[in-house]
Amino acid sequence: MIAGLSDPTEGSVSIFGLKTRDALARIGYMAHAPLLYDEFSAMENLRFFGRLYGVTSDAPLQQAIKRVGLDPHLERRVGQYSQGMRQRLSLARAIFHSPQVLLLDEPFSNVDLDSAAQITRLLTEMRSSGATILLVTHQLGVLANSADEFLLLSSGALVERGAMPQASR
Amino acid sequence: MKLSVIQLTVANVRKDLRLEWRSRDVLNSMLFFALLVVVIFSFTFEPTAEESRRLAGGLIWTAFLFSTTMALNQSWARELRNGVLDAYRVAPAPAEALFFGKCLGNFLLVLLLECLMAPLFVLFYNLRSVGPYWQLIVVFLLGTWALVVNGTFFAAMSIRTRNRELMLPLLLLPISIPAVNHMVSATTKVLTGESSPVSDIKFLTAYCVIYTTVSFLLFETVLNAE
Repeated sequence: MIAGLSDPTEGSVSIFGLKTRDALARIGYMAHAPLLYDEFSAMENLRFFGRLYGVTSDAPLQQAIKRVGLDPHLERRVGQYSQGMRQRLSLARAIFHSPQVLLLDEPFSNVDLDSAAQITRLLTEMRSSGATILLVTHQLGVLANSADEFLLLSSGALVERGAMPQASR
Repeated sequence: MKLSVIQLTVANVRKDLRLEWRSRDVLNSMLFFALLVVVIFSFTFEPTAEESRRLAGGLIWTAFLFSTTMALNQSWARELRNGVLDAYRVAPAPAEALFFGKCLGNFLLVLLLECLMAPLFVLFYNLRSVGPYWQLIVVFLLGTWALVVNGTFFAAMSIRTRNRELMLPLLLLPISIPAVNHMVSATTKVLTGESSPVSDIKFLTAYCVIYTTVSFLLFETVLNAE
């Protein structure tokens, strides 16, 4: 709903005082699926999505790829990437336009511990520079020292809210 | 700097053509199907040159109609793989650019198919147009756009259904019948040279304008429908 993929059945969603559709340029979204073309390389993918956000220069795209620990000059097509590399490139796709709100769905799945730590550092940097990050994960431990607030959901209900949930310590 | 609808449409066309160049999913299946129709009908009927001119309109458009249907399904299926369509939906880009980009990409691919198949039709059916060739070109441009614009719209509508391969022809064929009738009629008139295809061309022009406008207006709703 916050990303604008579905409409609320009741009430409304407002971001920066705007309707979701008007605030899309300020939102970054990383889904469970990579949202990338298998037939394109990393840069070709980001060049296309960059245009949708009005980003026509390669520099911010290359920087986003470097920030997630990938090589922007890699010619290999995304279809030949490992699951972890796809996951990281998917994150690069979500952050290249420096969004103020970042929505992440399981960013650590299929990612090794080093990569998870690298992603966490990147997210912490973004948070420090003023971005709001809403992240869904089953791996709470990865975020133990970086998240401001945890909301623990069980069977669709909120069971705990605050610092690191008691249940996962 | 936000890009204009035209710039984004061009970006979509380039993306679609590049994806097709790398995978050749759409062109191969269209070409194979059209080739089968040409060869099988040719061996089944063995028509004379005169009979060919009368039959060819129906035959050509049947081959292109079904080939186009196959292509349209695949062009949208590509957007569903890895959830890429959602990346477009969460981007601040107008839906119309995606629609027109897809339409133009599919239009160019179907035109390419028609150019590749034309010599085979001439060869297998011994076709010679009695009427002026430029009229044939106008009929093919309008007819192809009529098929592609409706097809792209209905393919987007049926893409999330479980039986999309079945759903697209069910939606597209009934609505295309008036246009197909006039495409066949105009093509036959030009090939035989017996009468003028101007009334058919006028109908096809109106059909293209109406359906392009309606699809354009409704596409965003279809794209964001759950």
